[in-house]
Amino acid sequence: MAETVQTHPPHSSPPAHGMHGFVSDWASDQQAFKNVSWGKAMMWIFLLSDTFIFGCFLLAYMTARMSTVVPWPNPSEVFALTIAGHEIPLILIAIMTFVLITSSGTMAMAVNFGYRRDRRKTALLMVLTALLGATFVGMQAFEWTKLIHEGVRPWENPWGAAQFGSSFFMITGFHGTHVTIGVIFLLIIARKVWRGDFDTERRGFFTSRKGRYEIVEITGLYWHFVDLVWVFIFAFFYLW
Amino acid sequence: MAQATVESPTHPIVPAAAHAEHQQHPIKLYLLVWGLLFVLSICSYLVDYFGLQGYLRWSLIVIFMLLKAGLIVAVFMHMAWERLALIYAILLPPLLVLVFVGLMVSESDYTLVTRLAFFGPAPVN
Repeated sequence: MAETVQTHPPHSSPPAHGMHGFVSDWASDQQAFKNVSWGKAMMWIFLLSDTFIFGCFLLAYMTARMSTVVPWPNPSEVFALTIAGHEIPLILIAIMTFVLITSSGTMAMAVNFGYRRDRRKTALLMVLTALLGATFVGMQAFEWTKLIHEGVRPWENPWGAAQFGSSFFMITGFHGTHVTIGVIFLLIIARKVWRGDFDTERRGFFTSRKGRYEIVEITGLYWHFVDLVWVFIFAFFYLW
Repeated sequence: MAQATVESPTHPIVPAAAHAEHQQHPIKLYLLVWGLLFVLSICSYLVDYFGLQGYLRWSLIVIFMLLKAGLIVAVFMHMAWERLALIYAILLPPLLVLVFVGLMVSESDYTLVTRLAFFGPAPVN
């Protein structure tokens, strides 16, 4: 019975495009998203809800920063590192940004090779993505350690407005958690790809259903979202 | 039921092109976007490195941020090739956050004015 569950829309006549297509898709029974499987649609809807969560964090940070009478610590100096005797502003954050962008690039290529059913390249690129993600989390742990040693706490810091610490730990902590979950998710799917689950139609351990290479793209959506959130955090928290 | 049996693949190996919904794009495009993201990140880092201030700084930060976000969503997340029904469902609701931003800007202005009126300006450290 499990095979007969429909995960794709049946293709009858080609659906209309543009505004007309938008209205008729939403006006139709049962399936608004015509050529998107339920798995991909649900990941998008989850990401939409996550957008609101991170939106609220950044808003709380904006409110705290705008309403404080104490000067806000200058992130450019707070996150500077001294390398070979020179103080370089924000350098660790810049490196973290490049690491995350690179991981997004390797993920996009993994999705591509997944749809070509190139099992090895897909799995290797996913593992590489996971490694870059783990590097990012490691650098974040280093940054947290450094700041905690310098006396940053959620309720105080040596440089200015007390809300700096709480905003910092909340926003970067939640983002780091997302990256960590992404790394675990990537490794699980990479193992399935490597083993050839989607070629041999092996049934999933948890769902007892056959997987498809599309799961690589769904994992990719989550991973790119993590990168996307970092773009906003980098702009609003570190550069502003 | 008949439809479902048609849908379930009888041959385990189906060529990728058989599924219209598959997002298959040239690797070159991904490499191009990857390069652009690098350049944009360097640009936004340079804004801080050269210490630009005021409206110039803020507008540059926001422009680079939106360009990066747009590239990631459009190409890496394949939104550019999806149907409008999905694009609108995902991209329009976050715009409502801007209303929230407006509310909180006015609220924090009020808080700041109240703090200044009752507690005075900040003690000079």
